[in-house]
Amino acid sequence: MRIRNTEHRERIVLQMTPMIDIVFQLLVFFVFTFKIILPEGDFNIRMPSATSSASSQPSETPLLTVKLRATPSGELARVQLGEITFEGEAPFGQLHAAIREMIPDDGGPASSDQEVEIEADYNLKYRYTMNAITAITGYLDEEKNRHKLVERVRFAPLQKK
Amino acid sequence: MRIRPKGSEIVEGDLTPMIDMTFQLIAFFMLVINFSDVEQDQRVKLPASELAQPPTAPYEHPYTIHLTSTDRYIFGGRQWNEIAQLKSALLAETQIIKRHTNKKLADVTVIIRADEQAKTGVVQEIIQACQELEFEKFALRGKQSDQRTIGGG
Repeated sequence: MRIRNTEHRERIVLQMTPMIDIVFQLLVFFVFTFKIILPEGDFNIRMPSATSSASSQPSETPLLTVKLRATPSGELARVQLGEITFEGEAPFGQLHAAIREMIPDDGGPASSDQEVEIEADYNLKYRYTMNAITAITGYLDEEKNRHKLVERVRFAPLQKK
Repeated sequence: MRIRPKGSEIVEGDLTPMIDMTFQLIAFFMLVINFSDVEQDQRVKLPASELAQPPTAPYEHPYTIHLTSTDRYIFGGRQWNEIAQLKSALLAETQIIKRHTNKKLADVTVIIRADEQAKTGVVQEIIQACQELEFEKFALRGKQSDQRTIGGG
């Protein structure tokens, strides 16, 4: 058997250019379509209009009113829960503590039948309202377990500007 | 002086590390890409809350209304300055629901994505406008936070 001389065999050159072209096309596509999506969450509230609210289930417990008062620039001036006023350092922390005293949850995930109405000034920045809703509706314990306090939250009828 | 003829050696750059890196980048972007139809708007900076939690089940045909810090309403890709314009757009949507589906408007969730600097009164105006159109379920959207947002306590 004759053995062929392999020294003169043609060198196969791989064409890299089309592959690099397509790879860069893919890369550009992914870079342009990349969007960082921050995790978002909801507070669900059920608010029928005033005319149909008569048909909704009335609460056995008296309605609590949380008033959020604003400065002319829309910053928070004070928070009121009924007749109690919270001012100064961490008013929403104080509000939360007061709500937890009123609604004992015994560390369990139970929520109460209590309804809370939020009456906010027109020009109050929305983040303060969100803080109030957070303080009212529940808390996270050290192990990040969720505890519900008040589930029935609604807004008071709109005040004029 | 005699000029030496230059050698015709081809200088070949080593492409391997670049291709490696490029493939790594492609793999990264492929993994993180999200084609889900999330209703987000970069013009709105949501207020943070440690209790804001993603819905356990997706809403059935929700309507998302965005409110920017300058009190502009965004709905269905369109932008308005007046609540009356938003309301007429919502009215058109309610007509579609009433004519073509057997769903009740009270069961349709309206997601409100309001900027943290927006006025609470304007958010209430949106809710009121929706209530007048017989919507009852609202989801106030916030951005999830690992930090305690209410302070104290």
